[in-house]
Amino acid sequence: MTRHIRHAAFFCALLLVALLVNATRIQVFEAPSYDDNIANRRTTISRYGQPRGDILVDGAPVTGSRDTREPLRYERTYTNGPMYAPVTGFASQVYGTTLLEHTEDGVLSGTDPLLSPFPLWNGSVRDRYPSGDVATTLRAAAQRAAYEGLAGRKGAVAAVEPATGRILALVSAPSYDPSVLSGNRSAVARSWATLNRDPDKPMLNRAVRKTYPPGSTFKVLTAAAALDSGVVEDLDKPTDSPAPYTLPGTRTSLTNESEGCKDAPLRKAFEWSCNTVFAKLGVKVGVDRMAATAEAFGFNDANLKIPYSVAESTFDTTVDKAQLALSSIGQYNTRATPLQMAMVAAAVANGGQVRSPYLVERTTRAGGSTVSTGGSRPARQAMRPSTAVLLKELMADVVREGTGTNAWIPGATVGGKTGTAQHGLGNSGTPYAWFVSWAKGDTDLEPKVAVAVVVEDADADRGEISGGGDAAPIARAVMEAVLNSPSKNSR
Amino acid sequence: MTKAGTTLVAADTPAPAVRLPRRRGIELALIVVAVLLSVYGYCAVGLAKHGTVPPGAAGYGAGLGVLALVAHLAVRLRAPCADPLLLPIGVLLNGLGLVLIYRLDLETPNDLAAPAQLVWSTLGVALFILVVLLLRDHRVLQRYSYVCVVAALALLTLPIFFPSVNGARIWIRIAGFSIQPGEFAKVLLAVFFAAYLAANRSALAYTGRRVLGIERLQLPTGRVLGPIVAIWLLSVGVLILERDLGTSLLFFGLFVVLLYVATGRTGWIALGLLLAALGAVAVGQLEPHVHGRVEDWQHPFASIEAGEGPNQLSQSLFAFAAGGMLGTGLGRGHSILIGFAAKSDFILATAGEELGLAGLSAIFLLYGLLVERGYRAGLALRDPFGRLLAVGLASIVALQVFVIAGGVTGLIPLTGMAMPFLAQGGSSVVTNWAIVALLIRVSDKARSRLGVPKGEEAAR
Repeated sequence: MTRHIRHAAFFCALLLVALLVNATRIQVFEAPSYDDNIANRRTTISRYGQPRGDILVDGAPVTGSRDTREPLRYERTYTNGPMYAPVTGFASQVYGTTLLEHTEDGVLSGTDPLLSPFPLWNGSVRDRYPSGDVATTLRAAAQRAAYEGLAGRKGAVAAVEPATGRILALVSAPSYDPSVLSGNRSAVARSWATLNRDPDKPMLNRAVRKTYPPGSTFKVLTAAAALDSGVVEDLDKPTDSPAPYTLPGTRTSLTNESEGCKDAPLRKAFEWSCNTVFAKLGVKVGVDRMAATAEAFGFNDANLKIPYSVAESTFDTTVDKAQLALSSIGQYNTRATPLQMAMVAAAVANGGQVRSPYLVERTTRAGGSTVSTGGSRPARQAMRPSTAVLLKELMADVVREGTGTNAWIPGATVGGKTGTAQHGLGNSGTPYAWFVSWAKGDTDLEPKVAVAVVVEDADADRGEISGGGDAAPIARAVMEAVLNSPSKNSR
Repeated sequence: MTKAGTTLVAADTPAPAVRLPRRRGIELALIVVAVLLSVYGYCAVGLAKHGTVPPGAAGYGAGLGVLALVAHLAVRLRAPCADPLLLPIGVLLNGLGLVLIYRLDLETPNDLAAPAQLVWSTLGVALFILVVLLLRDHRVLQRYSYVCVVAALALLTLPIFFPSVNGARIWIRIAGFSIQPGEFAKVLLAVFFAAYLAANRSALAYTGRRVLGIERLQLPTGRVLGPIVAIWLLSVGVLILERDLGTSLLFFGLFVVLLYVATGRTGWIALGLLLAALGAVAVGQLEPHVHGRVEDWQHPFASIEAGEGPNQLSQSLFAFAAGGMLGTGLGRGHSILIGFAAKSDFILATAGEELGLAGLSAIFLLYGLLVERGYRAGLALRDPFGRLLAVGLASIVALQVFVIAGGVTGLIPLTGMAMPFLAQGGSSVVTNWAIVALLIRVSDKARSRLGVPKGEEAAR
């Protein structure tokens, strides 16, 4: 019997070994695949198990976290949600993340390995560090000025610092409060449906994700190409331009809104926004030169990230002369995001150099130490510095005595360009009012801000929509806000 | 350990009659460790969940400590030579089970199980003390073997008259208490099997026809085949009438092990495995409830792929995986995602997630140690009934742990069964204390007998 008891004991030992081996299989060897299983809610639970890091503007958080005491514990909150929505995006437990909440999710949710206090320590893959913060380049005063300027209207504002590419304001209207999408209750789904049904598309980020025909504001670019290529050498020498101008190869004639455009010199043509002069200049410069200049300013670049992606601004390179003429005055297939047009103004203000725009100044660990800095990226020469000097002169004239006087700021030099872009089938849509500008305080060494404003106000009469009337005051408010508030992101 | 002890005592006393050390002091020390570990776990849960030591920690520790101490005194009084490891292992597993249930209670504030479990544990320890105090010699049980089997069968058939709960008819409800009579039947059947086999083992061992002329493979004759077929039918009956795959597997496994130990005939094993295989295949094919379990075992993630979300087994596997080597720490896991039966059948998943492979292995080894002590007592005893009883009781623990732990870790098809001592379930915890009490009794007999003649001990 003893022998058989030993056999039975051996059998029990085998069972024990089988259990131990199997436990090792599950807990060690197959654990990673189980952890990554889509149905395993642990990743989600741990994601919301700690307060999410904050997005900072001027050092103060515009986001927060609310402890719900539910399984998915912390929910995103926003202060001034609609104002900052085009920057923050939303962080929803149901619908995921967008914009900065999306691109900076690693830092905000605490999964970025760089957040580890001991970067060389390779802990478990599932480790979550205390979440980090994301400091933006935004200027709260500028953002507020832009948001309040657009209140009740449809449109967008983008403002950048010409010397660095820091984005100082980024507003889209109408906007929405991202906090209604944060949680996981049924109200969230209802809000989501309502926002998506809304014909005004409040979740569309018009400043970077929508392109508009830039209209007359594109003439800055055409002027730059004409000066750079030598087609125009003297601002005050009359150009050989008929008015009206018959588009090459067609019988369509192009007219002007204002008088005196026939053979107008560039200075006058810019000030009065003569379509005929710039259409003809564009044709004279040629599609290759025009396209090269446009691309140097940032057009036709689908890969711009700030760090979230920006819609591609386009300048059509496969055009005949008539189409090129229209393209050169910001019509036909020429389309630009407000951010792109702010970059155009910034290039003029910054001696012809385009700085790639960016939104994230730095990301920090919970303790405040820096994880990474946005830093300004390499510059690209969009035009000769001498051309930039001439263009600054032209734009300053517009504000001093032309269509952009509404943007004038006492104690500062302001340059701008208005635009009224027609669109829709047979130009039937309400035109978009544009204003692009830059401003330099009298005590500053260089322009501090470049801004682009677009207003697409469906309710107003056609005649009232004008860059100078509707858009310029908003641009001025933003520029004033920047000039009057010292930078906290000093280099 | 025995050897070192004997030499020490031999040096002290010149007399040749050697007394085996009783080691009650060691038992007491281990009990203190077990209680402290449990209290530590209780505090760890509170610290992880609320950042403070839970208010009931002192009361919990005191309660568990008093229970363990009284049990220890009973052992000291009436079973002074008993194996010193049995009681501490029971206390530790029971204490750990209470911690795990308390921890899961925090996730389900409307459904608290720990207070009831504490009451049942008290009843279990009370039964333990009663058995240790009143049962002076395990051989008394041999006389009541047929009473045992009748009682066992009655207990097993009782739930058929009660409504089924979650697809299984294994509970009866009396005055708000849920009792699982099958749990008590295990011990009674072990007593009966041991008595029956001790009485009939010669007939079973030495009669029968040879198959293919092979000495080893000798099939038993029809006359003695009767009882085994009866037990097999009983198992299948339990399975079909009560849909309790686990218990039927346990009964059958227990009987085959005891039959083998009693007779040493591989023929029995072959026949047993054949019958078990036939039964398993037939039931697995025909019974939809069991068939579903087999399907789940083969494809644990099928429901996820079908877009229906994870089933309990995949949630259990996720929990184990989340634990990894060292675990998340008590109170920091999410095994409550398993949902239904997280505190009973799936309690091990909580241990796996929060204590990790390290803690899980420690728990397995504790069970292994408990089983090993049972077998050791069986080896040391001389009377066949005692030997079979010890082996049977130890095997119940071993089989039960394997069936349920293998089930929740995806090693074998999942069958509902309580993890001894750990799982929520009053009947189970009371039964397990009865098993430990009986093991204490037989080990006391085994070790007190060992002590006297030194020569005999050396010959073993």
